[in-house]
Amino acid sequence: MISLKSINKTYYTGSTSLHVLKGIDLNIRQGELVSIMGSSGSGKSTLLNIIGMLDNYDSGEFMLNGQTMNNLNEKKAAYYRNKFIGFVFQSFNLISFKNAMENVALPLYYQKVSRKKRNLLAMEYLDKMGLADWAHHLPNELSGGQKQRLAIARALISKPKIILADEPTGALDSTTSIEVMKLFKEIHELGITILIVTHEREIAAETERIIKLKDGVIDTIVENGQRKEWLAAQSMA
Amino acid sequence: MFDIDKWQEIFNTISKNKMRTLLTGFSVAWGIFMLVVLLGSGYGLENGVKKEFEGDALNYISVNSGVTSKAYKGMKPGRLISFSNDDYDMLNDIENVDHTSTRTRIVQNNLISYKAEYGNFDIFAVLPDYRYIESLEITNGRALNQKDIEDYRKVVILGRLVYESLFKDGENAVDKYIKVSGVPFKVVGVFNDPGSDRDLLRVYIPISTAQRVFNMGDFIRSIHFNMDGGSVEESKELIENVTAQLSTKHKFDPEDPRAIFVFNSIENYKQFMDLFAGIRFFIWIIGAGTIISGIVGVSNIMMIVVKERTKEIGIRKALGATPMSIISLILQESILITAVAGYIGLVLGVGLLELVSSSLPAIDYFANPEIDINIALIATGLLVVAGAIAGYVPAQRAASVKPVIALKDE
Repeated sequence: MISLKSINKTYYTGSTSLHVLKGIDLNIRQGELVSIMGSSGSGKSTLLNIIGMLDNYDSGEFMLNGQTMNNLNEKKAAYYRNKFIGFVFQSFNLISFKNAMENVALPLYYQKVSRKKRNLLAMEYLDKMGLADWAHHLPNELSGGQKQRLAIARALISKPKIILADEPTGALDSTTSIEVMKLFKEIHELGITILIVTHEREIAAETERIIKLKDGVIDTIVENGQRKEWLAAQSMA
Repeated sequence: MFDIDKWQEIFNTISKNKMRTLLTGFSVAWGIFMLVVLLGSGYGLENGVKKEFEGDALNYISVNSGVTSKAYKGMKPGRLISFSNDDYDMLNDIENVDHTSTRTRIVQNNLISYKAEYGNFDIFAVLPDYRYIESLEITNGRALNQKDIEDYRKVVILGRLVYESLFKDGENAVDKYIKVSGVPFKVVGVFNDPGSDRDLLRVYIPISTAQRVFNMGDFIRSIHFNMDGGSVEESKELIENVTAQLSTKHKFDPEDPRAIFVFNSIENYKQFMDLFAGIRFFIWIIGAGTIISGIVGVSNIMMIVVKERTKEIGIRKALGATPMSIISLILQESILITAVAGYIGLVLGVGLLELVSSSLPAIDYFANPEIDINIALIATGLLVVAGAIAGYVPAQRAASVKPVIALKDE
């Protein structure tokens, strides 16, 4: 589904440059639930942004669903984002002046789905998230957990192949975090590929594969069977 | 192409961001409103001054007699200069003049009566050609003529307001007899004068008759010259010539400013026209300034609006918005707001001018404020385009940056 070959990315700020990703090779199969871990500055968010085409990379090869994503212009990138990818952000990134239903329906606006139809679909997804009663509330009238469920509904409505979640539980308390992770697992059951960037071990432990980044390179990959040992080793250290 | 869904999205955005819409709209509406009111008032001033002039021909020169203030050829100052028919005869065939007339105000008693109606009005004794100097318009009957002068006829023409106050219920005044200072005169005509009402509270009688009836000998008060299409230079030449002839005849210093009083409407009108050109220029400068400040205001707001919406743009892009759709969303919204607001400003401005125009009592030097609607529309269009350009540049920039950067914006 996702294939990265020696991806490099450097940020330039004024005269200083920061080499964030130093040749990332990564393959993610369809339907996988993967987490990316790493301390801050390890490049995990940058990696996710590159996969989501929210950011560009300097060199390397990026294939999505068998198609190369090299040198994509903004219009093409918008098309692929809309068709393949759903985003869930730590800060939710909801449009503040649109109500819950309108926020969820927005991706369909860019798919040229009629207003009536997309609002109907949005209600359906809100219902699935248990937010039907909140459809006409503005985002700032919702709790953190509700906001994140709203964002997940928005990510799902365009029936994407991949969900990219950047610290989805970062702004939530532990109970809500568990709820959200439960939601991700349910979505995973539907066969959608999910990539979660997190620094919380409990969250990462819920995934099938943990990719640990350190200083812009992949440090370790923890496969399904080794997770318990890895977790034990982590807590020992 | 009209995309209903897009407009719904735009209206949705506008209605959810009322403050922003209001601010943008207000600056545009205000700019247009001020421009309309300003230009309209300018025209009102111009119309008003023009109207003041309409009363008289804009090309006459009058010479009144005065009292000498300088010693001349052994004579002391303080000598009364008095004109007589001879002076008129002397100046009658002066060059470059179309019409010449004398004018003498009857000052003894200016009561005029018809049956039970009476009133005090200005009585002027004139020559037939005086009608060209005041641009009189005969609405009923006839003007004074040469025969009236030659035969010393007791005839009179009435100003419209004199007629209206003496003759009730639209009674025909022609051939009726009225009393002018107690002497019966036959009304031969009624005149209108497009100028001020003051000029309509008058009656004119033949000078020859007046001199005989009111015992004035051959005295005349002033001499008026009418110069069609005369330039300021020609008018000054005429005045020099007239002054020279009169000073020789009446033995006063041609440089004496008080021996005779000259009024040159040609020069006066020219001065007013120059003043207008100045006022118009001034108004245009202010108008241009208003428009420029409007443009700057709209541009500023648009830039701030786009800046404020950077994160929203990032979100929309993450959800699959193309740069083109972002730019067109912002531009169409800005064009819609500025166009509607501009139109509102235009309507309010024109409405105010209309209100002032219709409810304003007659004030000197101000009449019929109006505005060329094309100028107002062009100004509105200019603001809309400026707003669009001012929105386009940052919108284009925001739409082309990587979403990750836009999303980081707080």
